Amino acid sequence: MKPFAVFPLHKKHDLVQVESFEHSRFLAGGTNLVDLMKHQIESPDQIIDLSGFEQAYDITDSEQQVTIGTMVSNTELADYAYQQPGLSLLSQALLAGATVQLRNRATTGGNLLQRTRCYYFYDTTRPCNKRKPGSGCAAINGFNRNHAILGTSEHCIASHPSDMATAMTALDATVHTCNANGETRQIPVRELYRLPGDTPHIETHLGADELITAVSIDKTPRGTHIYQKVRDRSSYAFALVSVACTMQVKDGIISDINLAFGGVGSQPWHAQAAEEYLRGKSATTELFEHAADVELSSAKGSGYNDFKIPMLKRTLVHVLTQASEHQNQHPEHEGAIYAR
Amino acid sequence: MSSITINGQTHALPDDPRTTLLDFMHQHLQLFGAKKGCDHGQCGACTVLVDGERMNSCLLLTFQLAEKSVTTIEGLSNGEELHPLQQAFIDNDAFQCGFCTSGQICSGVAAQQELKKNRPSTLWFDPNHTKTEDLKERLSGNLCRCGAYPHIIDAVSSTDDSQEVK
Ligand SMILES: Cc1cc2nc3c(=O)[nH]c(=O)nc-3n(C[C@H](O)[C@H](O)[C@H](O)COP(=O)(O)OP(=O)(O)OC[C@H]3O[C@@H](n4cnc5c(N)ncnc54)[C@H](O)[C@@H]3O)c2cc1C
Ligand code: FES
Ligand code: FES
Repeated sequence: MKPFAVFPLHKKHDLVQVESFEHSRFLAGGTNLVDLMKHQIESPDQIIDLSGFEQAYDITDSEQQVTIGTMVSNTELADYAYQQPGLSLLSQALLAGATVQLRNRATTGGNLLQRTRCYYFYDTTRPCNKRKPGSGCAAINGFNRNHAILGTSEHCIASHPSDMATAMTALDATVHTCNANGETRQIPVRELYRLPGDTPHIETHLGADELITAVSIDKTPRGTHIYQKVRDRSSYAFALVSVACTMQVKDGIISDINLAFGGVGSQPWHAQAAEEYLRGKSATTELFEHAADVELSSAKGSGYNDFKIPMLKRTLVHVLTQASEHQNQHPEHEGAIYAR
Repeated sequence: MSSITINGQTHALPDDPRTTLLDFMHQHLQLFGAKKGCDHGQCGACTVLVDGERMNSCLLLTFQLAEKSVTTIEGLSNGEELHPLQQAFIDNDAFQCGFCTSGQICSGVAAQQELKKNRPSTLWFDPNHTKTEDLKERLSGNLCRCGAYPHIIDAVSSTDDSQEVK
């Protein structure tokens, strides 16, 4: 690991005192950044340490929304969301990710901004446009089993690995930020990420000096929540494919639907085309299959990940079927189909 | 000056901010109980308790842990008297080479605390899950290359979960 200086941040306005952000990184739980620094994939000169960012450790609950401080751990958020039917999707996604040890340390902001698990991004002896712009992409013609099928470009096919961000995308969460000039922004998480295009090393719309302070989620009835994750083993593995869904059905008609996919997109994938296709129609298997085809019309396999296209279709149809059957029987239901 | 407490003893934080908690314990304090399996957060051999919560010490930069209290496998026993889960590992023959064992035990002690606090696991969304499956899910962050898993689960299941973490 390369030596670095430490700037301890205690409140967001401390950002003003940071001399330069050019070779700086914010450090939250470190479960991703410390690993990348060990591999020298990241080699910041300065770490802005968020462990003393005291305003950012709370979850606040108002009538309209829940606001989650960026330093709230994945464990605390999963526990909290488990108790709130309206946030069940978030709890289901978080508990399906990583392990207790990691979730105890990982934070909300860090989870959103975790980097890809592309093998070639991690292998510093191989070309990777994300790690070293202009060097090429070893994954496109390489072993690309965990790679994306949606949103990719000829320069990068890396997938975004986060389960939590997929649920946040379905729940239409809002990311709150503050920069070094003290300016604050609210960015829908659906607009936080950038497609790789020819600049896959630039992953979000955040400025280098822009700190995530919190994430908020509106309290609105969303019906049945299902997060379905498909992976190589039943615990402690990243998603090959995941589907985050909330659905309301009134008199057999889909009145409200939110859909996002994980493990398949270069960013947590908001399945907007499928949502639009489904909304207002009567819930049938045929409809669900068509909705999958509509969303997947632009999907592109790269060889070893071709299986993700039919797998995503089957997973989506399964989730939509479960959610609609449950809504038909329990039209007023909010949250998971079952929670102990 | 900022300090960290490990098994009840207070230490100054290391000068070099790159020092992970695992390296600090190994190289500065001669505490070799927590093991380095992968050094990348993937195996759980380095698991310790930080303010009672289990974490992978290989991914923790020590400077971030000012004023925290860490318990390692060395801090679980009461002098010569083993922690009940340590004894249960012996009684259930729950290790072969022993490399993963300190992490397994720290993780098991924490898992029992988490169950007492009613912390959910992903299996709580499945109406048909068993207690054993739930425990396996909770302990999946600790790999055992010798494959002692069945006995590890037996050991953790066998101990009384009212035991407090020291
Ligand atoms: C073995 C292993 C298995 C895993 N399995 C899964 C899984 O199945 N599913 C899953 O979703 N995740 C998984 N993860 C990833 C894990 O969820 C992330 O590492 C974690 O959420 C990152 O959070 P952190 O607080 O540790 O972030 P850090 O490592 O501290 O930071 C990550 C990035 O976010 C930036 N950042 C952090 N906070 C802020 C902020 N407030 N403002 C601006 N930038 C910020 C940092 O600069 C850095 O670039 C796994 C990780 C490991 C090591
Ligand atoms: S050594 Fe820390 S998880 Fe493997
Ligand atoms: S006992 Fe050998 S690795 Fe677990």
